[in-house]
Parts: sequence; C-alpha cells; structure tokens
Amino acid sequence: MGVLIEQFPLYVSGFLGTLRLCVFAAIGSLVLGTVIAACRVSPVPPLRALGSAWVTVFRNTPLAVVLFAVAFGLPELGVNGSYFWFGVAGLTFYTSAFVCEAVRSGINSVPPGQAEAARAVGLTFTQSLSLVILPQAFRTVVPPLGSVIIAMIKNSAIAGAFGIGGDLFAVGSTLTSAQGYAAAATLFGVLLGYLVLTIPAGIGLARLEKKLAVAR
Amino acid sequence: MTSVLYDAPGPKARTRTLISSIVAGVIVLGVVVFVIVRLANQGQFTAAKWGPLLDPTNGDFGPVWNLFGQALVATLSAAGLTLVFSLVIGTLLAVTRVTANRYYRWLVVGVIEFLRGVPVVIAIFFAARVLPQVGIDLPIMWYLVIGLTLYNCVIIAEIVRAGINALPRGQAEAGYSLGLTQGQVLRSILLPQAFRIMLPALISQLVVIVKDTSLGFIISYEEFVRTANIIIQTLQNPIQTYVVVAAIFILINYSLGKLAEYVERRLSRGRKTAAAPADAEQEADAAVGAVTGG
Repeated sequence: MGVLIEQFPLYVSGFLGTLRLCVFAAIGSLVLGTVIAACRVSPVPPLRALGSAWVTVFRNTPLAVVLFAVAFGLPELGVNGSYFWFGVAGLTFYTSAFVCEAVRSGINSVPPGQAEAARAVGLTFTQSLSLVILPQAFRTVVPPLGSVIIAMIKNSAIAGAFGIGGDLFAVGSTLTSAQGYAAAATLFGVLLGYLVLTIPAGIGLARLEKKLAVAR
Repeated sequence: MTSVLYDAPGPKARTRTLISSIVAGVIVLGVVVFVIVRLANQGQFTAAKWGPLLDPTNGDFGPVWNLFGQALVATLSAAGLTLVFSLVIGTLLAVTRVTANRYYRWLVVGVIEFLRGVPVVIAIFFAARVLPQVGIDLPIMWYLVIGLTLYNCVIIAEIVRAGINALPRGQAEAGYSLGLTQGQVLRSILLPQAFRIMLPALISQLVVIVKDTSLGFIISYEEFVRTANIIIQTLQNPIQTYVVVAAIFILINYSLGKLAEYVERRLSRGRKTAAAPADAEQEADAAVGAVTGG
C-alpha cells in the first residue's frame, strides 16, 4: 500500500483529470441528449428519423469503437484537437443516446390525461409542455438520468484506456507498467478514486429519488 | 404515445409541419453532403481504402475478413463464457441475498454494491495485471472473461432478485404450505418463474456484455478493436475499418435488442391474467446496463 502514500500527488492529479473529463462529458451529453430527445418527439419526420438513427448507432456501438472512430474521423473533417477533447466528444456522443432514451421515456410516462386536460383548458403546445408535461416528466427522469451519469463516470475509464492521458486510468497504467509498482495496490488506489465519485453519487441519487417519488 | 403532446393537426399545422420537414430535411441532408464531400476531398472514398473491406476481388479482402471472422469468434466466445459464468454466480448471489439472515446479509449487499461501482475496464485490467503476479497464468481470454464476469455477475444478481421479488407472495407461501423447504421453494417454484420474467432483461444485458468484450483491446485480446488496429497498421484505412467494425456491432446488438423486445411482447401476452409485475420490471431495467450505457 506504500504506493498510495508515495504517489499520492499523482493520484490526485489523475482524479482531477477524470473529474474534468466527466464534468465536460456530463454537460455535453445532457444537452445533446435532450436536444435529440426533442427531435424524437417532434412532429417533424426528418428530425424523428435523425433522432432514432443517432440512438440506434450510439447505443449499439461499443464506446471503444466510438472513441477510435472519433479520433480518426474528426481530423479528416477538419476538426483538430487534443486526445482529451476527442475523449470528451466520444463519451458525449455515446452517453447522449442513453440520456435521450431516459428523457423520452420520462415524457412518455406522464399520463395522457394530463396533456389532454392541458389542451382542453386552452394551453398552447409550448405552455402545456413547459407548465404541465415537463415538470412532471422531470420527476421520473431524474433517477434514470442519475444512473446514466454514474455509468458515464465508470465509462470515463474507457476513455482513459483509449489514451487521453492524465486521468486515473493513465495513472494506474503508468505506475504498474513503467514504474513497476505492485499491480494490486496501485489499481486499488485507482479504484478508490472512482468509488469516491460513484458511491456518493449513488447515495445522493437514492435520496433524491425518495424525495421526488410522489404517488401518482 | 408522443402524439399526446399535440392535437391532431389541422390544415395550418399540417402546412407548418410540411415546411419545417423540408427545412429540417435540407439541413440534415446538407450536413451529410458536407461530410461526404469533405471526406471525398481527403481521399477517403478511394478503392484503395474501401477495396480490402468491401470488394471480394481485392487481394486483401480474403485475409481481412478472415481476421474479422476470428475476431467474431473471439468476441462471441468471450461474451458467451461471461454470460454463463455471470448467470451462475449472479443467481447464487441473488439467492444468498434473498435467503441470508440479517447478520450476514449486509456482507452480500456490500459485495454487490462494491462491484457495481467498479468500472469494468478497471476490473479487466486488474484481472490481467494482478492474477499473473500471484502465479495464475491463463490465456488472455480468461482475464477478459474474469473481468467482465466480476462486473456482470452483480448486475445479473440484481436482475434475478427483481425477478424473484416480482412473483406474487402466494407462490412461495403455497410451496411452504405443501411442506417444501426453502431450497426446494427457490429451486422448483421461484427461480423458474423469475427467469421467465427476467428473460428480456437478461438478453439486454447480453448486449452490454458483447459491447464490453471490445475492451479486450487493452489487454491485447484479439477481438474486433484490436483486430481493427492490426488491419489499420497495414492498410492505413482507419475510418473505413472502424465504420465496418461499428456496422458489425450494430448488426449484432440491434438484432439482440429486437429479440429482447419480441420476447417481452410474447411474455406479456402470456401473462395477462397474472398480476402485472410492472414495478419489478422497472427495478430490473434500472439494474441493466443497456438502459444506462454501463
């Protein structure tokens, strides 16, 4: 366990690297996923088709393949960036498909009577969506969205394995292969870094879920 | 379901929808054309790049698809073994959790919650780095299978538990009143029914396992990603190779997803008279990585 104390600063920097990756990817995928969910419920057929194609592609492709395709594909389209940003982009694209499905099922879980009542009292589409549907959908969406984000934190290790560098996985990889520390202790430290993020997130989510659970 | 958000369109709304359809269609098409033109200008549509993958008369076509074939076997065997081991261990964990008395139930719950928080890459990496150091030398595939099983067995445990909890209480009570022991009740009454309910969730989890076998590349197991990287080194066509690999995965996983939907429809048709296990289904869904991307 000496490695944990000797290399503590390296672990901290790796932890911050993972945190940075997760924050960017979480914001990106929540925004993109909601936009795609909006496309999928819109009355405009081309947007619906775009939304379902996006979800089908990114839900069924492994994150590793997405990351490599992004890293090789984007430069050819004239988008250049560091591996870190390719990692953020890949993780965002992949997670957005799951965010979209969570949001969409949340909208679908609002009883039809609610929307019908809203229309019956004369609210417009925007009014019924923003005053009646979305506030109720939000309650059901929070728990699955939380699970998606927790899964994304764990998936960020795949971006690390893909080689963005400077995150917790990279720390574990360098310490075990280049510096020859014992693998078990080193990786235990890496694991602690992830658990520090995922376990409190899980507990917080369970609390939030209880608070939001309202009998329908 | 989504049509509940808006009224049946009248003439005005239909015109609006038509106009926005055309505008959106043109924009989407424009982006696609832009990407294609851009890639074509970069020489990404030449026969030299695509030929080895798509043209059977090309000299490299045979060897490339031979490699892909081996990758497919490698992927499916790792996924299959993981599924079998996860099912066995997961069921044991679930049964232990259900039958354990409160003095050691926290231990089982602790193990399950701990393993659920572990990123699957770390589990694979751990297996590949730590096991050889303690003298367990296995073919690379087994490190991948062990890593994936560590992660998936607890998810399957949660699926099975949700399935057991979904059954009407009377099932177990009827068993006990006939004089069956707890083990007999579980084995011959609860588990067979639980598996039936959980079949769709289990198939969805298989999609996650198939996707996660691609992580074998970090320990040099020759599944699709590793194979693609080998092909790219010789043929210098990364985009094309990854498009083909992605297409193969989409084909496999999309079919599995459709199979899960079909099984779910069939089961719900058969169970109309029984109490709807809706809550448990949701609980199981939440456990499955297929809906969270994990």
